[in-house]
Amino acid sequence: MSRARLLETCDEAVAGVEDGATVLVGGFGMAGMPFDLIDALIRQGAKDLTVVSNNAGNGDVGLAALLAAGRVRKVLCSFPRQADSYVFDALYRAGRIELEVVPQGNLAERMRAAGAGIGAFFCPTAVGTQLAEGKEEREIGGRRYVLEYPIKGDYALISGHTADAVGNLVYRKTARNFGPVMATAATTTIVQVSDVVPVGTLDPEAVVTPSIYVDRIVQVKARHYTVQGAR
Amino acid sequence: MTNSRRTSASPGVVVEHLDCGPLTMDELAAHIARDIPAGAFVNLGIGLPTKVADHLPRTAGVILHTENGMLGMGPAARGEAIDPDLTNAGKVPVTELPGAAYFHQADSFAMMRGGHLDVCVLGAYQVSEHGDLANWHTGEPGAIPAVGGAMDLAIGAKDVYVMMSLFTRAGEPKLVPSCAYPLTGVGCVSRIYTDHAVIEVGSAGARIIETWGLCASALAERLGVNLTCG
Repeated sequence: MSRARLLETCDEAVAGVEDGATVLVGGFGMAGMPFDLIDALIRQGAKDLTVVSNNAGNGDVGLAALLAAGRVRKVLCSFPRQADSYVFDALYRAGRIELEVVPQGNLAERMRAAGAGIGAFFCPTAVGTQLAEGKEEREIGGRRYVLEYPIKGDYALISGHTADAVGNLVYRKTARNFGPVMATAATTTIVQVSDVVPVGTLDPEAVVTPSIYVDRIVQVKARHYTVQGAR
Repeated sequence: MTNSRRTSASPGVVVEHLDCGPLTMDELAAHIARDIPAGAFVNLGIGLPTKVADHLPRTAGVILHTENGMLGMGPAARGEAIDPDLTNAGKVPVTELPGAAYFHQADSFAMMRGGHLDVCVLGAYQVSEHGDLANWHTGEPGAIPAVGGAMDLAIGAKDVYVMMSLFTRAGEPKLVPSCAYPLTGVGCVSRIYTDHAVIEVGSAGARIIETWGLCASALAERLGVNLTCG
């Protein structure tokens, strides 16, 4: 039995994250980034982390702050280099962080596979490119595919918009991005939301992440940033 | 290149616009917008291709997909319409149109790989005459690689158009016999839209279908690829 727990603080929500853990961090740029959970994780002190996220931090907040604190050994992401990714860029150029670039759709589908109990899958993305080198390939129905393995997290830190008291979640606009997939793919899924409503308030037809995937919820006032230099 | 099949343009087959110079990137964006079928589901890559959106008339009913999780994307948001929870794939704040839908990343990329997206328009460093695409990594020492959704888009959309200048600033053709940069996808591009010409590429090689400022045969002279005209 692992019903979602509604916690008072972000510090309680991230308690127990071990050194060396694999942490899935939601967000696409700043949209959907769980800023408050990451700040709590920095206070909590876990180090030597492997982070899975679409980007490798923007500006000085959120994931960039975790990187700047020296807690991350390796980043798996699709798009590290951006106008405001200077924290990651400096660590990478100094050889202080490992990078594995994964095509964005593979990043999502590999986590989906982890959450859905799929052992591996054949995917047409990246066939014939550097990112498929050394991977098993198979021709199916005249098309080439590459074997891709799941990415499972020990923890997922994600940001939703509204939760009900049992842990059903809805998101807001494109801040949804990786949240629903990451929620399924981690042993412990930790969610920050702007709003918590009583059970029975969310329309069951509109729930995006059912409560079975959610372990810890904390309500925080939403903080928003936009990516500087985006074009 | 050996076995060059460069031929002169046949009148009436290649459309040559010789009374003007090469297209500006805005003119090129307008040209691409005219070629996108009404009602199509379309993804515009980050950077240059986003210009195409400015030239799509609302009446065409084209529905824009953005890979961070939305169909029905509207124009860039300004002023009070800026909502940090609503951005495009380049992380620029955008708006939603009536009929928009949001979805998570696994669904967003299933739409590509599953063959549901009609057209995507991508930028490129190089395209080969057989439709190989290089647009994600220069491969230079010290360069930080970043692929985003480019590899998924390249193999997923039914038609992959590339929008780019035909030559680098140094005058080197970007349409090449074989890409020197690391590949994004193999044989995935169907057509390149450039300031000087629209050229179809694929297993049958490159074929010029429209030019601006130069006739097809003059353009073929500047390109070191197998090229048919018309």
